[in-house]
Amino acid sequence: MAQVIYDHVTKRFDGVIAVNDLNLEVKDGEFLVLVGPSGCGKTTALRCLAGLEEVTSGDIIIGDRVVTHVPPKDRDIAMVFQNYALYPHMTVYENMAFGLKLRKVPKQEIDRRVKEVAEMLGIQDLLNRKPRQLSGGQRQRVALGRAIVREPQVFLMDEPLSNLDAKLRVQTRGELIKLQRRLGVTTIYVTHDQVEAMTMGHRIAVMNQGVLQQLDTPENLYDHPANLFVATFIGSPAMNIFPAQVVSGEGTVRLVAGDITLEALTEHRSRLAEYSGREVLVGIRPEDLIVQPGTVTEDRQLRLPVEIVEPLGSETLVHLRGPNGALVAKAEPHLHFSVGELASVRVRIEHMHAFDPQTELALF
Amino acid sequence: MTTVRAGAVAQATPLTLRERLRLWLDSEPVLAYLFMSPGWLILLLFMSYPFFLGIWISLTDRTVGSATGTFVGLQNYRELLHDSVFRLTVLNTFIYGFVTVPFKLLLGLLLALLLNQVFPLRNVLRAALLLPWIVPTALSSLAWLMLYDAVLSPFSWLLKNWGLIESNIAFLGSRTNAIISLCVANIWRGTPFFAVAILAGLQAVPQELHEAAAIEGANAFQRFVTVTLPVIKGIIVITTLFSIIWTFADFQLVYVLTKGGPANSTHIFGTFAWQEGIGGAGKLGMGAAVSLYMFPVLAVLSALLLRYVRSQEA
Amino acid sequence: MVGSNRLSSRLLFLYLPLALFTLFLLFPFYWMLIISLKPNSLLLNTKVNPLYLTQFTLEHYRYLLTNTDFPRWAWNTVVVTFGSTFLSLTSSILMGYALGRFRFRGGNLAGTLIFLAYLIPPTLLFIPLSQVVARFGLYNTYWALILTYPTFLIPFASWLLMGYFRTIPKELEECAMIDGASRFQAMWRIILPLALPGVLSAGIFSFTLSWNEFLYALVFMGSGHMKTIPVGTVSDLIRADVFQWGPLMAAAMLGSVPVAVAYMFFVDQYVSGLTAGAVKG
Repeated sequence: MAQVIYDHVTKRFDGVIAVNDLNLEVKDGEFLVLVGPSGCGKTTALRCLAGLEEVTSGDIIIGDRVVTHVPPKDRDIAMVFQNYALYPHMTVYENMAFGLKLRKVPKQEIDRRVKEVAEMLGIQDLLNRKPRQLSGGQRQRVALGRAIVREPQVFLMDEPLSNLDAKLRVQTRGELIKLQRRLGVTTIYVTHDQVEAMTMGHRIAVMNQGVLQQLDTPENLYDHPANLFVATFIGSPAMNIFPAQVVSGEGTVRLVAGDITLEALTEHRSRLAEYSGREVLVGIRPEDLIVQPGTVTEDRQLRLPVEIVEPLGSETLVHLRGPNGALVAKAEPHLHFSVGELASVRVRIEHMHAFDPQTELALF
Repeated sequence: MTTVRAGAVAQATPLTLRERLRLWLDSEPVLAYLFMSPGWLILLLFMSYPFFLGIWISLTDRTVGSATGTFVGLQNYRELLHDSVFRLTVLNTFIYGFVTVPFKLLLGLLLALLLNQVFPLRNVLRAALLLPWIVPTALSSLAWLMLYDAVLSPFSWLLKNWGLIESNIAFLGSRTNAIISLCVANIWRGTPFFAVAILAGLQAVPQELHEAAAIEGANAFQRFVTVTLPVIKGIIVITTLFSIIWTFADFQLVYVLTKGGPANSTHIFGTFAWQEGIGGAGKLGMGAAVSLYMFPVLAVLSALLLRYVRSQEA
Repeated sequence: MVGSNRLSSRLLFLYLPLALFTLFLLFPFYWMLIISLKPNSLLLNTKVNPLYLTQFTLEHYRYLLTNTDFPRWAWNTVVVTFGSTFLSLTSSILMGYALGRFRFRGGNLAGTLIFLAYLIPPTLLFIPLSQVVARFGLYNTYWALILTYPTFLIPFASWLLMGYFRTIPKELEECAMIDGASRFQAMWRIILPLALPGVLSAGIFSFTLSWNEFLYALVFMGSGHMKTIPVGTVSDLIRADVFQWGPLMAAAMLGSVPVAVAYMFFVDQYVSGLTAGAVKG
């Protein structure tokens, strides 16, 4: 049980900066997810924490110890690898007991712990089997069990679910969440799947190109993305982004993009005023574009032609031709749209976002 | 919604000397060199050092009796060039090395193709046919020595029995006969090596390629050329180069069968070097020079081999 | 299966050639066997058909084991073979591991040098090496061979093991290190058991090459009681140009048996070691 701190951690490989000045504080017992596209540095950051990579500069702190130069075996951590890394020549029992045997834990204690954890994970009947005799899901549990048995201060998980088939993945996700909440061990979890991130983490750290973009709860990441990257990475289908001109006039501030004119909320006016006469990037999530087929007369409605219709059953995704490319909207499943016809769109201004076109930081 | 500053939970203290040492020892480059040191030590002491010592010795007139001998420059090398026995030795070694290899290759290839088929007791046969390569050459050469004996050879007996020859064949009695006999024994020993290596390659050829070619109308020979040969080409080159190198540097077979005779006519580098340097007059300097004459050829062959292997890996 | 399956074509194109090859490759061993069992009266009789046994005797084996130094040679060979195999295996495992798993500058160079070392043959080295051996005071001792044989065993074994080590996923080691193992413990308990086939191959190879070695044994350890089987057989059983064929062949048989047996038990490992060189290149 411990907190984990990345203090100005940078990792350079031969001139390529994989992790750039990462500052991150994980609370004791927290489930923190590191998420981002491949190559963003999340796995490298995890490996630095594990001690499998040496940091170029900065410090790693686990609990109240600075472990930057401590070898992995002395950091009191356990890791679950993407490919499980089970020792092929040992039985499940021996796999789970390995770490404890190395630490000279007495035999009875090892036996007790292994059996207890095996029961917790439902693999108590597999203890004498070898890894090659197990299914993917079973191997994953053994890998988990091996980590839990060690009773470490921190769990590290490197995309542990990505080798499971879809159905098993969803099921295991739920079990992992329950397990972590029950054990209360600080967990750092790496994934490229933002759905996994959103459902599992207490907080999520979004990374891109080695730089931490935003560290926040799932809700805040979704409702208040700090920059363009987070806004478009989190949420599926992605947020609609298009440039718009800021027009200030008689007590209002309007955002104009082609035929679309959107009036900004009062609390955002002063922020936008700085950009008066210039362009900003507007962001609207698909569910905040309320769309209906045909043209219904009501004010503040946009009319846009329908290009693609994707009925998903629980909802329908409608691709509309916007001023700067396609706009995707989520519609009620029973509505019927025709390609080529016009549809009416009402924008939920209160959930609209705007971003600085140069810095890509969120204005609101 | 913000990134977090690191709390002043624990100040990183500078590393002690002991910790720094431990860290250094645990780093990969250091550990690597540490791990490799026993092997390198042996190779240095008993391979590199003697190699350069050999060069030095070849430039002196050292003998088994004297302690170091005096520096004579390239005299040994020059003397050898004028020595008819040495010139014959060079010729013999090239014949021995380069004539046997095509036979070993072709026979090995043929055998591999045969062993790649399915037939009863295949595994037993595959294991048994490798025996000439497995068994100590000195000992199997003794068997050949008897098979080639001027009086007791069963080959002579059989041919006489069939009325094909009048008197026993002197297999090792003349230079020509002896060289042929040596080559036969060498081919006997080396063919299994080629066969096993090529067989491994043949088994790596995907069955679907054969089937596709057969459907397209290719007969067995065409299939061999278009499907099989490209796949095993690499193995053939590598195995051939190895074989030339080893045959060039051979010793046991010739030593046991002829000791370089009759009348020094079947020497190869190894046996001649031994005779000059250790047997007889014990002229170490001369013997070393003989050995070192091998080096250029070996260097060229191994450079070729290395380049080929590297190109395959790329 | 592609190709004709008729019995007649199989007979002609498969069984006949196979029989010829078998005859060619195995006849000398047959000869070795029957001569070792043929009584001297029949051996030297050039009138009878020499190709099969009509009577047999164990006289030659008895003579070999009681009237010659053969038992002594056998012991010497065993000591030298096991000693050099052990030494070269441990060095090669360490070296193969370093080359195969550590990232360090000079890794490629080291690999190349090993490969090249492979190609300075004993026939080139034996004269100066004999001087080195004498200078270290090892002449005519077991160490003369136990320390020099690794020079041609280590390069190949290291390279073979390097290939094997490379196929083991890095995660296994990393996991072991997180679990609490030092680098060495990870190698010993995780990597080595998984590379066992490779170690076995390298071991069998080293065993065979050591047992069969002749030149170094002749030059460095060639006097009196220290001879190995190949050297002793060739030098001592030919007395004043009189070949004692019976005991000679008996010695050849007995000297070949250990290697043949080891090979038979580990054919797969031997062949995979052999072809690792040729196939993987």
